[in-house]
Amino acid sequence: MKKSLYNYILGIADNSLILGQRMGELCGHGPSLETDIACTNISLDLFGQVRSYYQYAAKIAGDGRTEDDIAMLRKEREYVNVLLVEQPNTDFAYTMARHFLFDVYHLLFLTELKKSKDMTLAAIATKCIKEVRYHQRFSSDWIRRLGDGTEESQNRMQAAINDLWTYTDELFHQTEADKAMVSEGIGVDVTKLKEAYYEKVNTILEESTLTIPESKYFQKGGKMGIHTEHMGFLLSELQYMQRTYPNMEW
Amino acid sequence: MSTKQWPLWEVFVRSKNGLEHRHFGSLHAADADMALENARDVYTRRNEGVSIWVVESKNITASNPEHNGEMFEPAKDKVYRHPTFYELPDEVKYM
Repeated sequence: MKKSLYNYILGIADNSLILGQRMGELCGHGPSLETDIACTNISLDLFGQVRSYYQYAAKIAGDGRTEDDIAMLRKEREYVNVLLVEQPNTDFAYTMARHFLFDVYHLLFLTELKKSKDMTLAAIATKCIKEVRYHQRFSSDWIRRLGDGTEESQNRMQAAINDLWTYTDELFHQTEADKAMVSEGIGVDVTKLKEAYYEKVNTILEESTLTIPESKYFQKGGKMGIHTEHMGFLLSELQYMQRTYPNMEW
Repeated sequence: MSTKQWPLWEVFVRSKNGLEHRHFGSLHAADADMALENARDVYTRRNEGVSIWVVESKNITASNPEHNGEMFEPAKDKVYRHPTFYELPDEVKYM
């Protein structure tokens, strides 16, 4: 039970940590000053959220590890985020498409997590949901703006959606920890979010005059710790400070 | 980065209910929705506001600094337009 809960929390937190790191990469590199600040803001929202999760995970683990140890000192195979969030910022269309495809899931997920029997998780979900509602608004607007924009912007957004589509199905795969926590009334049954997810995503893609990909081939592995080639590079940057100056604190 | 700039917008923020919207600054955005979202992220991320107005800068008609003489100088020597010649009782505070 304790082990399952711990793994379950990591499953939630790692998604936001890795996505937050990707968004943070835009700090100083955003397409415009205003968008740069917006993306960095979203990154900080996500980091704030994961602190609550990792603090809770550290408490559950009870083996002396801190939130920082859990967030920063695991090896690649020990991270259980979905493949979608680790995909690189190929261009701004990719960055927004990745965020959008995660946001829609994230909002549905937190809406259910609010009902968790675990009071801490329910409280974290309640706190995070307002931020995530804004994230979804922000990324959806960019899907519409670029999708229903110029020929160039539409081509790029369509390419991003087509490429990232293959990572969406994994969001709805259940891990062992998921199953254990669903049976305890603590976890969210992600398989039940799938229909609402594609309905919402497809609606916005249609509004954006984009084509809904028809591909039925989906990638998976992140939830089991098997990542794409991008993950190692991401982690080496994320973990640089803790690896170089062990135990450093802000 | 594109060489073509997005239009400029002026941002007005109401800090608290009951106060007026005040000019906070300006930013670039492609449309009004984006201007509102950018304003939220640029100017209110430290909890500075409860309401935001954005207006495209081109819609503001401003006085010309070259005309400051005729616009504002004549008011300078009309001190009697300030109600400073009255004795105020101490009980009246905050005038």
